[in-house]
Amino acid sequence: MRFDLQVIASWIEPGSRVLDLGCGNGDLLLYLKEHRQVRGTGIELAEDKVIRCIERGLTVLQGDFRQEVRDYPEGRFDVVILSQTLQQVMDPRELLIELLRIGRRVIVSFPNFSHWVARLQLLFTGQAPVTNQLPYEWYNSPNIRVITIKDFKRFLRTIGVRLVREVAINTHHHDLKGNVIHRFTNLRATYGIMMLEKAS
Amino acid sequence: MSRNSEEAVSDSGSTRSGVLLVERKYFTFAEPPHEMILDSGARLGPITLAYETLGELNADRSNAILILHAFSGDSHVAGYLRENDQRPGWWDNMVGPGKPVDTDRYFVICSNILGSCMGSTGPSSINPKTGRPYGLDFPMVTIRDMVRAQKYLIDHLGIRRIMSLIGGSVGGMQVLRWCTEYPEMVVSAIPLATTTRHSAQAIAFNEVARQAIMADPDWKGGDYYDGPGPRHGLAVARMIGHVTYLSDEAMREKFGRRLQSRRTLSYDFGGDFQVESYLRHQGEKFVERFDANSVLYITKAADYFDLEAGNGSSLINEALARVSFLVISFTSDWLYPTYQARNLVSVLKKNGSDVSFCEIEAPWGHDAFLLPSPHLDDLISGFLDRIYHEHCR
Repeated sequence: MRFDLQVIASWIEPGSRVLDLGCGNGDLLLYLKEHRQVRGTGIELAEDKVIRCIERGLTVLQGDFRQEVRDYPEGRFDVVILSQTLQQVMDPRELLIELLRIGRRVIVSFPNFSHWVARLQLLFTGQAPVTNQLPYEWYNSPNIRVITIKDFKRFLRTIGVRLVREVAINTHHHDLKGNVIHRFTNLRATYGIMMLEKAS
Repeated sequence: MSRNSEEAVSDSGSTRSGVLLVERKYFTFAEPPHEMILDSGARLGPITLAYETLGELNADRSNAILILHAFSGDSHVAGYLRENDQRPGWWDNMVGPGKPVDTDRYFVICSNILGSCMGSTGPSSINPKTGRPYGLDFPMVTIRDMVRAQKYLIDHLGIRRIMSLIGGSVGGMQVLRWCTEYPEMVVSAIPLATTTRHSAQAIAFNEVARQAIMADPDWKGGDYYDGPGPRHGLAVARMIGHVTYLSDEAMREKFGRRLQSRRTLSYDFGGDFQVESYLRHQGEKFVERFDANSVLYITKAADYFDLEAGNGSSLINEALARVSFLVISFTSDWLYPTYQARNLVSVLKKNGSDVSFCEIEAPWGHDAFLLPSPHLDDLISGFLDRIYHEHCR
């Protein structure tokens, strides 16, 4: 399982109701089901991945999560997970507010654009950075939002969302392995992971 | 043929010389004066349902799967009735030992619907009051009436909770009706290629089919059982049906503009194209096995089907929040298009039900739910496996 998902899984309390947006093949949901007794739901766009998930005994809906989340009643989930997708969303503010309506807490992970490798590429080559975490060219990248850990935290203050917990990680081996970064996170972390809550 | 079936439920579905043999059984109930009261207010009884079972009911009676057939289907879902039968049941690729609906593990029941002509009480059955076929004296039945009749059968089999309801098309409507009528009896449900309410387009095609039958002079107001019956009208009705079961792409691929048994156009109305020949063949085959009045009644039942009527959806129900759903649609199904499945999913989500949904990419139109598909197999077997482990152990 991807390292950021391992961190996210460790944050989930046993028995919680979890919604995983863009759940892929369901690795996280399956882990949570087996190790945290979680009754989870996933939303995934790709038919083959949806079939794989349901075959594995998971509850998954095929669809675009930006539309799918609207049907759920308020407070339907304890945790909503949005891993490595926020950078592809047109209106992150609207989405986060919607997710905090249906979930008590929201966990987001996103690639940190201000990682030193990206910074050096831009500085020395004068070209848009292409890294392991952001492997696209400017013309084919689905990542329409450039997020840094620092920017995101500022954004949370602006929209009045409380940051409950955060961790910055540095990953390697196709993001399957990694370690937690404690100092100079905005420079050294490949991903930021944050748990959010509605400000009371 | 109507008799009270008192056979033990475990003696069916035996495998002899590699052929899965099943037996058609009959259950008769609602004997006067305890007739079943229909949605229309009419009373009907006695009622016989033809049904077949495969596999064995386990000790705590928790492994029952009820399969609901589509409009022209029957109780013969899988296996062979006789060893030398040419063809197995209508869903033999899905149901049987080691198949997605695994009869080595589950006890599978499939009953013919009320109003049909495949062994159950319908307009071609003898009206005990007159000694002659009911014809149009048969009361109008709804999907809910069909489900109520099945409930008698399920009670008779001693089953309190159904592990899974599975059905496509009109069978999917029955699945959903079971959920709204008897939610406490349902553990899970798989509605396939279906809808929560019949659309204007679907009603329109059904009405054309009915008019084709009723315009046939041999229909005789439905009282045709001592004559040839509306053979032509029924065949046309079936041809219309088959158009709605296919898709533009399926027809293009299957027939294109290819000619049937000829090289040049005939310049008459004898039929030039393969697609014409196909539809005629389907129509003729159908006339041999199906009753025209049953088409009228069952299509009307489908047209009346509407779970959104009245105050909100009848799927909004606390008891249904404990039911797990697997909703499946097919990309090229324009009879019950995906948006209708999504509406269903949306209501179930609002209700707090556990719901999975997949739209399977398939070019074959509405028919896709009956055709072999590895994707459909994986979805159904994976879902049932989960339900089995959560509820039967």
